[in-house]
Amino acid sequence: MALEVERAQSAPAEKPRREDVEGRALSARIRKTLPGAGHDFVLDAEFSAAPGIAILFGPSGAGKTTLLNCLAGLNTPDTGRVAVSGHVWFDSSTRQNVPVSERHIGYVFQDLALFPHLSVKENVEYGLSRVGARERAERSGSILDSFRVAHLRDRRPSQISGGERQRVALARTLVTDPCLLLLDEPLVALDAQTKGKIVDDLRLWNQSHRIPILYVTHSREEVFALGERVLVLDEGKIIAQGTPHQVMRAPRHETVAQLAGFENIFTATVHAAHEDRGTMTCQLTGSSVQLETPLVRAEVGSVIRVAISAGDILLAAESPVGLSARNVIPGKVVSLTQRDVMVAAEVNCGVRMEVHLTLAARDSLHLDPGRSVWLIIKTHSCHLMAV
Amino acid sequence: MDWQAFWLTIRLAVLVAAVLVVIGLPIAYWITYSRWRWKFLAEAVVALPIVIPPTVLGFYVLLALGPRSPLGRWWEALTGHSLAFTFEGLVIGSILYSLPFAVQPFAASFSAVDSKLIAASATLGASRTKTFFRVILPLSISGLVTGVALSFAHTMGEFGVVLMVGGNIPGVTRTVSIDIYDQVQMSNYGGANQTALVLVWIAFVVLSLVYALNRRIWAIWPWK
Repeated sequence: MALEVERAQSAPAEKPRREDVEGRALSARIRKTLPGAGHDFVLDAEFSAAPGIAILFGPSGAGKTTLLNCLAGLNTPDTGRVAVSGHVWFDSSTRQNVPVSERHIGYVFQDLALFPHLSVKENVEYGLSRVGARERAERSGSILDSFRVAHLRDRRPSQISGGERQRVALARTLVTDPCLLLLDEPLVALDAQTKGKIVDDLRLWNQSHRIPILYVTHSREEVFALGERVLVLDEGKIIAQGTPHQVMRAPRHETVAQLAGFENIFTATVHAAHEDRGTMTCQLTGSSVQLETPLVRAEVGSVIRVAISAGDILLAAESPVGLSARNVIPGKVVSLTQRDVMVAAEVNCGVRMEVHLTLAARDSLHLDPGRSVWLIIKTHSCHLMAV
Repeated sequence: MDWQAFWLTIRLAVLVAAVLVVIGLPIAYWITYSRWRWKFLAEAVVALPIVIPPTVLGFYVLLALGPRSPLGRWWEALTGHSLAFTFEGLVIGSILYSLPFAVQPFAASFSAVDSKLIAASATLGASRTKTFFRVILPLSISGLVTGVALSFAHTMGEFGVVLMVGGNIPGVTRTVSIDIYDQVQMSNYGGANQTALVLVWIAFVVLSLVYALNRRIWAIWPWK
């Protein structure tokens, strides 16, 4: 069963806009089988990326790094086609395969791969051997300045901090003026503040160098902070793409829902559709709970999945009246778990639901295990996914 | 003490170590990075001199260099004399004999270079040659030093191959170890002891240098 909303969302991927293909965009169709212990891993992805930052998001083992390596030419796809700015780098049908060193890509690896025996300056100038000495010094000097690492030019990578290493690795890659930039979790080991600064540097650079940037991450925060567009990869396939808001806030796919941190995911049956109101009623499997949800093109009686973020559920100590929210469900608190400055409450209302609230809210409601409460869920906090 | 034999041995060992750098580096590179499925056969052939008796190796080298083999005939047509029982023949035999002592440390240090650095070099537009000389080799200096020192020391002390291929011609093929053997045969134990002690000292000094260099490799190497 396919939901109408999902079709609407995946449509732009099937018909990439004309200028995306003709401009400085990346278009890729990659199929590669990697033999595995239990079963073979199959990467099978087709997508295009316009200039700007596109996030490649997915759980570990989804094939993100393999996909980047295929784009870079470090791995050879079994079949497919990779083209950037109209230049074909790989095409299995014409047996074209441009060597890595001639693709003019920038690739920042997860562990950065700075040359340990070369100074910061020598690292940054490594990719500039084809330009004259004076231009080389100018370009490396100006990029070292703009990444605020000029004072470290004579140090070895082992003699500078983690954040400085990340900036040197970015500078070494960007100074070569690549036509595609691949970033494999380059900021994974950094604190939020340093990360934010580097992200600003990268954005600034991207404004004057409009090239496609593929940024691999499995951090939700980075998806929202960076992405103009997000591609979700799971088990070698692109299962969703769109703006971070479209993909992460309203997931159409269960893996995306889990990745985006939807704590409550239930199986439900469509009970009734109210086309005049744009809603429908779904009954959660194994309980008598009925939820009002947004209307999707699904037949009455069909089985779907409902995802609700624990932070989108309100708790009331007494039966609330006069609410705009359509779902008010009685239940009992099963347990309360404190996580840093918030509390996760598990509530039994026929199904188990996780609800997040603040410490103050817990105290003012006098919540304890066994207490009767009411769950309040807005219709549009219920996200429907195909099974 | 037979200084002629001593000087000849030093010349032989230096020459063999130098040739092994030139041919050992490409062989080690190929062994490290080739994805050929029968590569293990080549690795076994390179390692063979470690396990087969020197006399066996020497015997076949002698046959290969002799006037009945194509190589021996070609050399004779070129230079007018046979390769067997000459210094050149000795060099060829010693190169084969010491090949694993150069190739294995080279290959071990190549494979210890992080493959991400090689990939990074390629994405920065460097050719394979540039990657080798700017990334792989500088990071393999310790293996290079070890390989050179081991093949030098190993050649200094060889006996079986030299005797089979070179015989015992003073000034041409008589090396220090053969000289020691001769002196023992003539019951000149004092002379044999003197020469043997010098060999032990050379081996000790070479190995000490290797270990000292390997431990403080970055402190000694003249890169800023």
